[in-house]
Amino acid sequence: MATSELAGTKAGEGTHGTAGKNPHLLVHEAKDTVGVVVVEGLKAGTDMLCVVTHDDSDFRLTAKHDIPIGHKVALADIKSGDTIWKYGQDIGKAVADIGKGEHVHVHNVKTKRW
Amino acid sequence: MSNYGELTFQGWRRENGRVGVRNHVVILPLDDLSNAACEAVANNIKGTMALPHAYGRLQFGEDLDLHFRTLIGTGSNPNVAAVVVIGIEDQWTNRVVEGIAKTGKPVTGFGIEGTGDIMTIAKASRVAKDYLQWASELQREECPISDLWVSTKCGESDTTTGLSSCPTVGNMYDKLIPHGIYGCFGETSEITGAEHLAKARAASPEIGEKWYRMWKSYQDDVIEQFKTSDLSDSQPTKGNIAGGLTTIEEKALGNLEKIGRECRYIDALQPAEAPAKGPGLYYMDTSSAAAECVTLMAAGGYVVHTFPTGQGNVIGNPIVPVVKITGNPRTVRTMSEHVDVDVSGVLRREMTIPQAGDALIDMVVRTANGRLTAAESLGHREFVMTKLYRSA
Repeated sequence: MATSELAGTKAGEGTHGTAGKNPHLLVHEAKDTVGVVVVEGLKAGTDMLCVVTHDDSDFRLTAKHDIPIGHKVALADIKSGDTIWKYGQDIGKAVADIGKGEHVHVHNVKTKRW
Repeated sequence: MSNYGELTFQGWRRENGRVGVRNHVVILPLDDLSNAACEAVANNIKGTMALPHAYGRLQFGEDLDLHFRTLIGTGSNPNVAAVVVIGIEDQWTNRVVEGIAKTGKPVTGFGIEGTGDIMTIAKASRVAKDYLQWASELQREECPISDLWVSTKCGESDTTTGLSSCPTVGNMYDKLIPHGIYGCFGETSEITGAEHLAKARAASPEIGEKWYRMWKSYQDDVIEQFKTSDLSDSQPTKGNIAGGLTTIEEKALGNLEKIGRECRYIDALQPAEAPAKGPGLYYMDTSSAAAECVTLMAAGGYVVHTFPTGQGNVIGNPIVPVVKITGNPRTVRTMSEHVDVDVSGVLRREMTIPQAGDALIDMVVRTANGRLTAAESLGHREFVMTKLYRSA
């Protein structure tokens, strides 16, 4: 079984990867307006290490909510009606204003289809 | 790993030249009424396997064609050494038998009417025993990787699948398709939001148009006909939403990561249709429901299935090993018995996608060589026929 020997490593404290740290948040493309939390138990106020997977660039962002693993965070202030970008593509529209660092999900984003 | 074209595996070469990685003797019901007899035969003859299902009566038109194509394709799959078919009556039973017999493998059919369950079970059990003992002496042989047909479909997806497990499958295809394997992806409704990208990945504009008509037809003829609201309660699923996926567009873009960066699909297949344009990547028009999709791809002739999951889908298939890949560390922690390949290192930036792709290729070859998957070990044998409309 390929279970990682580093499974217990905490985000931001790893010895491999970008800047020698495990990221809290991954972003697919530089154009994206949201990123994905990749650690469990992320708390509001965390100074997140964010990595753009396309070019390995990184930046910091403060989480404004407790956000579950796999859920999205706004990378900048988003206005209601704005297109949400992920994978460098249109994934839907905001139906409420969303502040930078806030949780982005079904309560504030909807599909443009169906 | 670098010389992917030199990879080999141990498989059973069948009468028609195709290679299987399992050696099942299947007791195949034509219809729902024949499930009981098939299960009784499989109970009598240990090591054979019945494939009970819900349909086969009063179907007509395209739906009936799909029923036959799925049953014949399942029996014809090279993971199956021999088949006993049981149906309520002889004519449709023989249609399935004749379809499977084209592969050259042993197949015999029995009709229940005029005989009854008990005598049918007795006669079919004797044939099943002969088939099982014959199949048990068939030997594996070394086969080039180009003899391997590998399909893919993801399930209980979340945002981690688009970041890790789906691109892992895509990396496998980018590495193996140039060496002559057959690949297959599908999930028509789940390309919605990424259809412009999917259309552009066809090998030619004509194939892209053929694919687009398939996708558009599902939008117009099924979704627009039957929806009672937007599909936000079904696509994404509740599990997808719990995992952080918000819209169908987001889900589709993650889904499409499974076809990698380089390879292009060379045809768009009907459900359960066997590919006929040589080695390469194919699209198959399928539901996004896991068991329906894997059943159709198995009926198309694929012998190993790669299945990325985020939240932890547990599906298996009776005749095709389903290899589970996850990048979600919580799923690795809470559902480890369902995970064949752990790529959670991708999210920690401790593992690259090419490294994850190599880990998957290694597991696909080990699985082809005989390693039982998590789903096989746990007894997951979901066999689900796709029904296009109500029976007459």
